[in-house]
Amino acid sequence: MTATVTADDTVTAAWRGFAGTRWRELIDVRDFIQANYTPYEGDASFLAGATERTRAVWEKVSSLFPEERARGVLDVDVATPSTITSHAPGWIDRDRELIVGLQTDAPLKRAIMPNGGLRMVENGLKAYGYEPDPFVTKVFGTYRKTHNDGVFDAYTPEMRTARKVGIITGLPDAYGRGRIIGDYRRVALYGTDRLIEAKRAEKALLDGRPSSEHVIRDREELAEQIKALAELTRMAAAYGCDVSRPAVTAHEAVQWLYLGYLAAVKEQNGAAMSLGRTSTFLDVYLQRDLDEGTVDESRAQELIDDFVIKLRIVRFLRTPEYDALFSGDPTWVTESVGGIGADGRPLVTRTSFRFLQTLYNLGPAPEPNLTVLWSPRLPAGFKEFCAQVSIDTSAVQYESDELIRPRNGDDTAIACCVSAMAVGKEMQFFGARVNVAKALLYAVNGGRDEMTGDQVTPETAPLTGDYLDYEELSAAYDRVLDWLAQTYVNTLNVIHYMHDKYAYERIEMALHDHPVHRFMACGIAGLSVAADSLSAVKYARVKVIRDSTGLAVDFVTEGDFPAYGNNDDRADALAVGLVESFMAKVRRHPTYRDAEHTQSVLTITSNVVYGKHTGNTPDGRRAGQPFAPGANPMNGRDRHGVAASALSVAKLPYEQARDGISLTTTITPEGLGHRPSERAGHLVGILDAYTAAGGFHMNVNVLDRATLRDAMEHPEKYPDLTIRVSGYAVNFVRLTREQQLDVISRTFHGTL
Amino acid sequence: MKAVTTGRIHSWDLSTGVDGPGTRFVLFVSGCPLRCLYCANPDTWHMRDGREATVDEVMAEIEKYRAFVTTAGGGVTITGGEPLLQPAFTGEVLRRCKEAGLHTALDTSGFLGARATDELLADTDVVLLDIKSFGAGAYRRLTGGELAPTLDFATRLDRLGVPMWIRYVLVPGWTDDPERVDALARFVAGLGAVERVDVLPFHKLGAVKYEALGIPFPLRDNPVPDAALTESVRARFKRQGVPAY
Repeated sequence: MTATVTADDTVTAAWRGFAGTRWRELIDVRDFIQANYTPYEGDASFLAGATERTRAVWEKVSSLFPEERARGVLDVDVATPSTITSHAPGWIDRDRELIVGLQTDAPLKRAIMPNGGLRMVENGLKAYGYEPDPFVTKVFGTYRKTHNDGVFDAYTPEMRTARKVGIITGLPDAYGRGRIIGDYRRVALYGTDRLIEAKRAEKALLDGRPSSEHVIRDREELAEQIKALAELTRMAAAYGCDVSRPAVTAHEAVQWLYLGYLAAVKEQNGAAMSLGRTSTFLDVYLQRDLDEGTVDESRAQELIDDFVIKLRIVRFLRTPEYDALFSGDPTWVTESVGGIGADGRPLVTRTSFRFLQTLYNLGPAPEPNLTVLWSPRLPAGFKEFCAQVSIDTSAVQYESDELIRPRNGDDTAIACCVSAMAVGKEMQFFGARVNVAKALLYAVNGGRDEMTGDQVTPETAPLTGDYLDYEELSAAYDRVLDWLAQTYVNTLNVIHYMHDKYAYERIEMALHDHPVHRFMACGIAGLSVAADSLSAVKYARVKVIRDSTGLAVDFVTEGDFPAYGNNDDRADALAVGLVESFMAKVRRHPTYRDAEHTQSVLTITSNVVYGKHTGNTPDGRRAGQPFAPGANPMNGRDRHGVAASALSVAKLPYEQARDGISLTTTITPEGLGHRPSERAGHLVGILDAYTAAGGFHMNVNVLDRATLRDAMEHPEKYPDLTIRVSGYAVNFVRLTREQQLDVISRTFHGTL
Repeated sequence: MKAVTTGRIHSWDLSTGVDGPGTRFVLFVSGCPLRCLYCANPDTWHMRDGREATVDEVMAEIEKYRAFVTTAGGGVTITGGEPLLQPAFTGEVLRRCKEAGLHTALDTSGFLGARATDELLADTDVVLLDIKSFGAGAYRRLTGGELAPTLDFATRLDRLGVPMWIRYVLVPGWTDDPERVDALARFVAGLGAVERVDVLPFHKLGAVKYEALGIPFPLRDNPVPDAALTESVRARFKRQGVPAY
C-alpha cells in the first residue's frame, strides 16, 4: 500500500498534541496561544550560551558592518524595485544558517522601493554614490505614480507651508508610513493556503454589498492581499520552504514566521517595521519539540539567535536627512515580550527569556527593539532578568501591561516605540507629530513663524504687551492649537489616502483580519518646553523682546517658576492640560476611513531637529537648543531625581494619549545603588512603582564606561549628560577632567 | 495647643540604593556641628542657610511619593547636615512617616546621638551611622569634633536593637590606616545590630559647591582611593565577619 500524504495529513502532523478548538475553525492565534502555552515562573539559569555555529554565522555577517558604517551602505541593487519575489534568494552562510532568507540576494545589500516616492530613492542613491537606474526613473517618473506624487497633488498651500516651517513635521509623505504589524505567526500556524482561503471568504462577504467606493476599495485590497500571500508562498519556495502548509516543527515555525516578516520588509520601507509578539507563540512549538526530545535547550536558543541575527540585518535605503531626523538608521523591529493574560497567567515563557538572552549571545544591539510589557504581577525571576539585561545592555524598553491589556487585550504588541496594537486586528495611520512649542510662539506672534517671519496660520492679532499675560496667551494659544489640529488631521488624511492608493501594505494587511480597526496616530513634540513656558508666564514674569518688524524673538524671564518634571502639580497640570486639550481638538476633525483618533507624546530622537527649528522660548530655552525627548522634562530642570521626574510623566493621561507617552531615563549603575548585586532588584522596584503610578513607557539607559569616555573626548556631543551622585546631579561635561575620571572609575570599578 | 514643629531644611531628593534600602525620599536638613574635611555638602553646614518648613509641609511632599517608594522597596531617609541638630523636628518627621507606614532611615554622624530620644529611635527602622574615623585624635583632625559620642551612640543603638548600617568614607592619607580600620572593624563586629558596612570612596564632586560658596575645599588636592585600596578596606571589615560593600 502506498501512503499518500494529503493536506489533511500535514495539518494533523503540524497540530499534533495541540489543545483547543476555536483556533482550528477560525484564524485566531491568540486562542491558540491561550490553549497551548506553558507559563514559566523560574529564573534565567536554564538559558544556553551561543554555540560555535551561532558565533560563526554572526561573525560572518557582523564583519561586514565596519565597511557598511564607513560607506553608509554596503551595496544597493539600483535596478530592481523590490517586491516580495523580486530578488533571488541570498544567504549569509548557507551551510550554517538555520533560519534563511534575505531582503535581496546578499546580506546588507539594500533594495529600492519607489512606490513610496521616487525622489527618496534617487536622493538615497546619490547620497551614497550610486546612479539611479534610467529604466526605474522612466517607469516611476512616467508610467507609475508614487505615494509621494499623490500626496503633493492633493496638499493645499497651507499644508505645504505648515510642513516647510516645521510646525507639522516628520510626515510620512515621501516614505513608507510603517507601524503596521502583520500577524506573522499566522503563516506558521496555518500556512498560506488556509490564509488565502480565509481571505477569499472575507472577500466573498462583500459580494452582495452595493459597489460603493468603500466596498470597491475593500475588494481590491483583499484581492491584493490574496496575491501577496501567493507571492509569499513563491518567495519561500525559492528558499526550499513550503509555507503553503502549517509548520510541523519549531524550526519550521520560526522559519515560516520569519518568511512572513521578510515578505513585509521586501515590500515596504516603513518607518517602523515591527515584528509583533512572537516569543510565547514560538515557545509552544519549542516546548513541544523539547518534550518530544527532538531539540535541546542549546538548539532552541540557536533557533532564536539565528532569527534575531536576521532581524538585526534588516536594511532600507534612506537619505542622510532621514537618518539625521532619526539619529541613525533605525528599523524598529519591535518585539514585545512578557505581559499578563486576561486569565491572570503571565504570558512569560522560556522563549521570552531566550529573546532577551540574544543580547548576551550576540552582544547588545538596538534591533530588534526588545520591549517588555511590564506588570508588577510578572514572575520575579523574569523581572530580575529583564532588569539585569537592562543594566548590562541598555537595550530594553518597558511599557505598562496594566494600561495596555484592559484597552487592547492581552495579545497586543508595540508598533515602533510606544504604539499598542492588538496583533492582526488593529493598525494605525502613522501621523508623526506637531510642534506645540513652536505653536506657543505662534500664539505670541499672531501666527507668524519666529524663525522666518512668514505668516503661517491665518492672520490674528499678535500679543503686544511688554510682558506676557497668562490669560491672554492661553486664549491665543488655544486658537493656534485649533488651527493646528485641523490642518494636521486634514494633512494626515491626504497622506494616508495616497499611501493606501499607491503604496498599500499588501502582505502586512493580508495578515490582519478584515475589517481592521484603524487608528489615526497623531502626536505632539515639545511638551515640556510648552508646559514650562506656560509656567514661566503664569508664575514668573516674562518680558518680550521684539525685532523691528514686531516679531517676538526673545524673552527675559524674571523670577522663578515651577518646572515640569519635579512632581509639582503647578507645572505638571499645565502639561496634562495641554495633552488633554490637543487631543480634544484633534478629535473634532473627521479622519480618513473613520480611523479612531489617538496621539502620542513621543519624539523618538527627532527632538534635536525640532529644537533646531524652534526659536527662543519663554522657559529660557535658547533658539536651536534641543527639546527634551518625548514626554521627558527638560534636561536639568528635573531637580529631584528619576522618581520625581517619572511621577510627573505618569500624570499625563494615557486615555488622552493612547498612541503612547515616552519617557527616557538615563542612569549610571551607581544611580541604582552602591552594590552591583542589588541594582537589578532596585530597578525592578522602580519599574513596579512607575507602573503602579500609571506610568506608560520607560526607556532605561544605564550609562556605560564607553559613553562617559566618549563624552570626555567629545563634550559637544553630550551637552546634557547628567550624572547623579548620591543625592545630587552634576553636568558631566562641565566637570574637570580629573573629576570625570573619578566618576568613571567610581561608577564602573568592579563591574567592567 | 501644641506648638507647630518646624525645621530648617536644605532640599529633598529621590535616590536609589545609596541612602538605605531601595528607592527613597531623602530629606536634607540644614546645619551640622562637624566640619569634615571631605564634606561633599558644604551648603548644608549652617541652619541659617536652610529654609524653614513645618512637619506638615514636609509630610505633604513625602505623601506624594509614599506609594512609589513603598512599591520600590524603599522609604524615607533623613540626612543633612545633621538631623540630630534638630531632634524635635527629626523625631516628628520620623514618627509621622512610621504612622504613614513608611520605612524610615536616619543618616547621622552620631556626634549628637545623645539628643535622640528612645522614642525617636523606636520610629527609626535603620540608622545609617557615619563613623568617620576610629581614633580620637584622627577624628578631631578630620571632623573638628569628638569620636566618643558616636561610639556611645553605636553602643546604645546596639542595646536598643536598632539596626545599623555603618558608613565609612575612605580618604587616602586620612582614613586608610590599616590598624585603625581593623580596630573599627573589631568594634562594629562586636555590635550585633550592625547589618552591614558601606565603604564609600572619597570623591570631589562637591568641589563645585565650595567654589560657588567661595570657601576653600580642604581636600581639593587629596587623591581619591583606587579600586584596590577600596577593596582592601572592605576586606578588612569582612575579615571580622561584617558584611562590607
